[in-house]
Amino acid sequence: MSSINKRAQQIMAEIISNKKVGAYHHITLSVGEIAQLIRPGNFVAIAVGGADSRMVLRRAFAIYKASMDPLDGGIVELVVAPHGSGSTWLCNAPLHSKIDMILPLGKAFGIPVEPVNALLVGGGYGSAPLFGLAEALKAKQCNVDMVLGASTASKIYAPQEGKRSTNSMIFTTDDGSLGIEGMVSSVIPELIEKNKIEIIYSCGPMAMLEAVTKISVEFGLQHQCAVEESMACGIGVCMTCVLPVRGEDGVARMLRTCIDGPVMEGSDILWNTGRTVPSEVWGA
Amino acid sequence: MSLPFNYSTSLGTTTLPNPILTASGCAGSGKELAQFFPLTELGAIVTKSIMLKPRSGRATPRMAETPSGMLNAIGLQGPGLDLFIENDLPWLADQGARTIVSIAGETVEDYAVLARRIRTQPGVVGIEVNISCPNVENRGLVFACHPDTARAAMEAVRRNVGGDMPIIAKLSPDVTDIVQIARTVVDAGADGVALINTLLGMVIDTRTMRPRLAQKTGGLSGPAIRPVAVRAVYQVREALPNLPIVGMGGITSGQDALEFVLAGAQAISIGTSTFGDPQAATRIKSELETLLIERGFSSFSDAVGYAHRAENV
Repeated sequence: MSSINKRAQQIMAEIISNKKVGAYHHITLSVGEIAQLIRPGNFVAIAVGGADSRMVLRRAFAIYKASMDPLDGGIVELVVAPHGSGSTWLCNAPLHSKIDMILPLGKAFGIPVEPVNALLVGGGYGSAPLFGLAEALKAKQCNVDMVLGASTASKIYAPQEGKRSTNSMIFTTDDGSLGIEGMVSSVIPELIEKNKIEIIYSCGPMAMLEAVTKISVEFGLQHQCAVEESMACGIGVCMTCVLPVRGEDGVARMLRTCIDGPVMEGSDILWNTGRTVPSEVWGA
Repeated sequence: MSLPFNYSTSLGTTTLPNPILTASGCAGSGKELAQFFPLTELGAIVTKSIMLKPRSGRATPRMAETPSGMLNAIGLQGPGLDLFIENDLPWLADQGARTIVSIAGETVEDYAVLARRIRTQPGVVGIEVNISCPNVENRGLVFACHPDTARAAMEAVRRNVGGDMPIIAKLSPDVTDIVQIARTVVDAGADGVALINTLLGMVIDTRTMRPRLAQKTGGLSGPAIRPVAVRAVYQVREALPNLPIVGMGGITSGQDALEFVLAGAQAISIGTSTFGDPQAATRIKSELETLLIERGFSSFSDAVGYAHRAENV
């Protein structure tokens, strides 16, 4: 069960680029050799606000891409939405500032050994980690279709170079400002049938992950979703980021999404149980 | 040539190589922190509070960040005593870690059973009796809020643990007179006190217009509570000058830790700041040592309670 990411290190990383892209910031950090240990689905935990910060907790951010750049060495790219005071601080961090970060954290997406037809579903900035995943799947000769949804066009994150790793890409927006008007779940069933999808990967808001899980169960497909629970530490000590998850023994436990996730099988999660502990949970 | 600085400290009959401990509930099972530093670096690892049975803990949201602090309502999630003895303690012993096991009971009898089973386990150098967790169903069950219940829980532990293993009562600051509670637990057999547990607090989400935490209330920790904690340590030290005190509450630096030492803490626990910095405890250990040497102390124990000296000294 619990599998601590033994590769994690705490480092000071320099911001070498910080660009506004639509509603988000694309931030690139120089991290050195550790970039090679990062897998799609891993995340970073960042200390925010500087030395005298009144924000005492780390912020977790999904990794958009990690690579060894011939010029800059090991780099990590993040796509950050300036939602709260911590993410806003990071988005406003000046070029060359040093960021206290721990990486890589969490369980990565599982990559199939044989080529498969994969569907990647992203919501909002949740699309970010899917592009690295698409590259990894392509390298295994998988067929990769992608569906990205958001409330409006400026909240769709889909860089040009990302599209190269996919065979097809569909956008949905709640307001119809880009692609199909509606939610991602409205286009997925047809895609599954048409493209003979064998596995679904997803990342985005919990309501979307729950909706995708329903569809995956209907079609009997594996569904690896990267969940988003608020974390205080990112390294497994604070016990705040838990979700009720059913294990192989059929027993549901409150699992830490930072260590047992963020990537989890969607059908193992007891969805929409927020603010209660279901009675079937171990120790409840 | 000057003698090397003596950083060792003692809690009752247990001597530790340095006074820096983790705070219960802030070090996971030990494994999570062991990838950032060897656990033997610390004076001792204080485990999360262990209960008799497995416990799922509270519903989410369990956490809310507050100015210079956080609220938590984890609700003592844990594997229960049997699995803890089977998995967690042997692993800590293998690391060579000195372990202080924190125990929490729902009844006085629970405390007795927990203490009896824990005292003989490998690597255990002390028992912290958590009688002050604020995240219980019935606030009336916070043993440390009433002298009678505090006494009953401590007596149950003392009856089951010999004098060779120190027992430390963890007290709540949510009382009118913490000195009175400290006296009570000492009378009941405690070898020391841990000050302070979290303060009960609440955050209301102005968007949903409801309490942010599922449990509504949670324990406040972090630098926001530090002055409350320093005051509690100072008061108890003044009333009971020979009582070992483990001080904690929002310590993020050597400077913060020094306040507690001067107030009278013989050991220092690092809690919430580990969430922001996994290496906080080892960093604070070296920062505090430097500050003590700079101030001319040749041993840690000389500095303990130094703020209580007469005005003209």
